[in-house]
Amino acid sequence: MLIKKADDIRSSEITSESLYLNRRKFLAAAGLAGAAVAGGKTLLDLAGGKAAYAAETIPNLQKSGLSTSEKVTPPQTVTHYNNYYEFSTEKEEPAQLAQNFKTRPWTVTVDGEVKKKLKWDIDTILKFAAPEERIYRHRCVEGWSIVVPWVGFSLSELIKRAEPLGKAQYVEFTTVYAPMEMPGQRRDVLEWPYVEGLRMDEAMHPLALLCFGMFGQTLPNQDGAPLRMVVPWKYGFKSAKAIVRIRFSKNQPVNTWYRSAPFEYGFYANVNPNVDHPRWSQKTERRLGEFSKRPTLMFNGYDQVASLYSGMDLKKNF
Amino acid sequence: MIRYFKVAIFLACLGPLAYLLWGFFGPTPFDRTAWGAGLGANPIEKITHTTGDWTLWFLLITLAITPARKLLRMPSLIKFRRMLGLFAFFYGCLHFLTYVWLDKFFDLHEMLTDIAKRKFITIGLTALLLMLPLAITSTSGWIRRLGGKRWQALHRLIYFAAIAGVIHYLWLVKADIRKPVQDAVVLGILLVFRIVLWAMASWKKRPQLATVTARPTALER
Repeated sequence: MLIKKADDIRSSEITSESLYLNRRKFLAAAGLAGAAVAGGKTLLDLAGGKAAYAAETIPNLQKSGLSTSEKVTPPQTVTHYNNYYEFSTEKEEPAQLAQNFKTRPWTVTVDGEVKKKLKWDIDTILKFAAPEERIYRHRCVEGWSIVVPWVGFSLSELIKRAEPLGKAQYVEFTTVYAPMEMPGQRRDVLEWPYVEGLRMDEAMHPLALLCFGMFGQTLPNQDGAPLRMVVPWKYGFKSAKAIVRIRFSKNQPVNTWYRSAPFEYGFYANVNPNVDHPRWSQKTERRLGEFSKRPTLMFNGYDQVASLYSGMDLKKNF
Repeated sequence: MIRYFKVAIFLACLGPLAYLLWGFFGPTPFDRTAWGAGLGANPIEKITHTTGDWTLWFLLITLAITPARKLLRMPSLIKFRRMLGLFAFFYGCLHFLTYVWLDKFFDLHEMLTDIAKRKFITIGLTALLLMLPLAITSTSGWIRRLGGKRWQALHRLIYFAAIAGVIHYLWLVKADIRKPVQDAVVLGILLVFRIVLWAMASWKKRPQLATVTARPTALER
């Protein structure tokens, strides 16, 4: 039997990446158009979120005492207004661009200052604890906010099982790097992959949510599927999406937005009406769907985290 | 003929406003009870961005009239320039009104803090203020009163308004500078065209003077 060596493929026969990408784009467009014709769907249906992802209902949801009783933001808004630069810098676009993002198979690597380096399958992680519905306020650094019924459990449940060493002072989250599926990653608007982090005591706080669903169903791709963080007392960018790696470290992680603009985005990024973003005030916010602005609350109203920062100058550690 | 074109262009220039109004009242997948839901999840942001974009684009279109007249040999295009410039000012005012009303709710203290502290607001307001005298003196009466030369000199302020507008945009984006850079490139081309014209005109003047002085006259010989 003749086994061809790798050298036998001339480099001219290999499809260039750009051509490959173009072909994918064309196929995707053709497929979309074909589906629209076959299904008799209007463009509006395609743009809308109805068939955007295979949402599965998450059974046996526990109610949480940490939930707010404020009016929940409608799902259409939560799923069609996303700051998800891996897909696009335009907030209306991830809803469509994330449709073909694959969330299975999916593994999460746990490494750094841990007893043993681990690789967990997503479905193993989801069984660590009973899923809870947590209705949280979510405040973006840009000055808008929403109220979302997330589904997940406290990150501490995962950290316990990861067995970090005593030296571990911080937890770092890394988002998947998949430029073939994430068109935004083909542009260097930010440094990819996206990295975020928390101090260990912040990560262990019961409010810090390891999240895999919303509105009682699995997460839509554009909202960070299959696994994301939700840290409700911090600006939204602190909550990493599509997590593939959790690393424990002695040193403070360098988070992506801090790297991009250190004077504008700090490591802590606690919601704080008294510390302005250099280019806009953080005193007020617009709750999506409301006309008037409402005052922004310290720690986004989650006063129970205040003790984590006692003695710290939050103007310096913004 | 020009008259009909003027009406058509006038209506076309109202397009962005019509788009916003249609979006405001039109059908929407979003919660209909929310204010301006047809414009998406964050209608006020949409209004701010749309009016801002079109202010800058109308400034660029206005600045493109002179190059277009020369390159296409269509001098009659000048007849549309005033209207296009006034539309730039019109959308600039809407953009400013959005900020004053929908963003700051007429809170004068907040606005003054913004203007003093935030350079992108400062330069944005500068751009609008630079357009104000141009809008006021846009009438034929003012051209006569000022005289063509002085009027033209005053209206060169549009270059600075457009430059300030592009800087305003560049300074406000978070990380993705693609769109303001596109506007900056277009503005750059339009300004370079003028620099080239000006350089060519002064080049033409120079050798004529040189030949006159260089050639000895009959008396000298």
